[in-house]
Amino acid sequence: MTSMRERYVIAGIGHTAYGKLGRDTISLNVEACRNALADAGIPKSVVDAVFVKVPTSAHQFMYGQKVAEALGIMPRMGGAWDQGGAANITLMTMAISAIEAGQCDVALICYADNPRSGNRAVYARPRGDDAAYGWLSTAAGYAMIQRRHMHEYGTTAEALGAVAIASRKHGAGNPHAQLRKPLDMAQYLASPLLVDPLRRDDCALVSDGGAAIVVMRDRRARELGVREAVPVLGFGHGQTSWDVQLRPTLTRTEAARAAQTAFSMAGVKPSGVDVAQLYDCFTITVLMTLEDYGFCRKGESGAFVADGAIEIGGTLPINTSGGLLSETGMPGMQLIMEGVRQMRGTARLQVPGAKVCLVSNQGGTMHTHATLLLGS
Amino acid sequence: MTMPAPDITEINRPYWDALEQGRLMFQRCQCGNAWLPARRECPRCLSDKVRWEQAGGRGTLVSWVVYHIAYNDAFKDRLPYNVAVVELDEGPRLITNMVDAHEALACDAPVRLVIERDGGVALARFALA
Repeated sequence: MTSMRERYVIAGIGHTAYGKLGRDTISLNVEACRNALADAGIPKSVVDAVFVKVPTSAHQFMYGQKVAEALGIMPRMGGAWDQGGAANITLMTMAISAIEAGQCDVALICYADNPRSGNRAVYARPRGDDAAYGWLSTAAGYAMIQRRHMHEYGTTAEALGAVAIASRKHGAGNPHAQLRKPLDMAQYLASPLLVDPLRRDDCALVSDGGAAIVVMRDRRARELGVREAVPVLGFGHGQTSWDVQLRPTLTRTEAARAAQTAFSMAGVKPSGVDVAQLYDCFTITVLMTLEDYGFCRKGESGAFVADGAIEIGGTLPINTSGGLLSETGMPGMQLIMEGVRQMRGTARLQVPGAKVCLVSNQGGTMHTHATLLLGS
Repeated sequence: MTMPAPDITEINRPYWDALEQGRLMFQRCQCGNAWLPARRECPRCLSDKVRWEQAGGRGTLVSWVVYHIAYNDAFKDRLPYNVAVVELDEGPRLITNMVDAHEALACDAPVRLVIERDGGVALARFALA
């Protein structure tokens, strides 16, 4: 049984522009935090924790302290955490746990990176000694998983395409989105193979940008006069650890455990979710997340996503601001922010009457996973 | 453009030396667990009492991908090339290349070891059995 004495909220969200910005990550983090504090309507003087996800492409020693210094904050707790794209929800969980334990009061959680204008070698890196075999890049690990999923369950290119089409459709009208170009199935199927079976349009964007959220107790948000606090209903985590070629199965991950914990904490079932922001670094990730979360049975995600079911107006609209495939390739924080907008009722593509939003984050090659449930 | 060479260390040297001599080796712990690539401790029981064992050279194709872009210039002239995951009959899984035509590959197909020298290094590749 997972429980907390207090109720917690996301009090503010903020981000920079997305795309090719040519700015250092510290500056991007500062702008994102400034915007998140303004959104919450609180001064930085009340912040006493700064949790930072490390920039994927540009690791720096003591990075969390550099961000806190640039923010002019001497927090009680702070630092940088490296766990790939699941780190945002994990850092939020750590912040809430620390507040619950009386170690801090108001936490900023932020992330920024600049691989588009800077160095993107991290995405093409050799995977251990196996570079001699040509085993290179992040994309290839997902392609390896995708092939196996197609073999075991008959998953089609059209099923993967449905995911790309949904994210691209939703991002097309988002003025902040980096790629505002809708996609149809014929275009998806004609998209060039990068690492077969993976097509270009299965792959996340490479983006510069920063984003931040502010987390605190619901009671504290009321004291501070926060206008649009969004309740955190539950969260959960799970890690697969083994690298792709070593894990005993390629087609299921510890996402299932993450979701189970979050659903149980929130007292919500998959059928109670009105809208979802699912980590779409590659389209296969969304299909497997739907299965591991229990929205459909293992191997049946292809049928689940057919006929526009995951598009706005469908049974489970996903990635309503465009996700990693259209809004920004940023690893996950944009999904949390869009979840907050949906629960506030202020999303550009608002799901009418939505009361529960699910957010997934994952990192590495499905090594790490985190689930978040937000309420309205 | 030179091929990326394996980073040979005290831990993995027996693996690469054996391939040079035409044998594929893996590690096995006293608890029975077997694995690749080389490491000092067993990830199941954490013991450091591990020994090398020769693989029979038979296995199964778990999955494979075909690169149409080169993430390293050394592979530009080889496009399209494949990278595969093979599970040895003894249990360990490893990254490899299949020497067959891509159209012939199928998940779960039985495979056999084919050691090939490439870029000055002996590599453990596989062929459909």
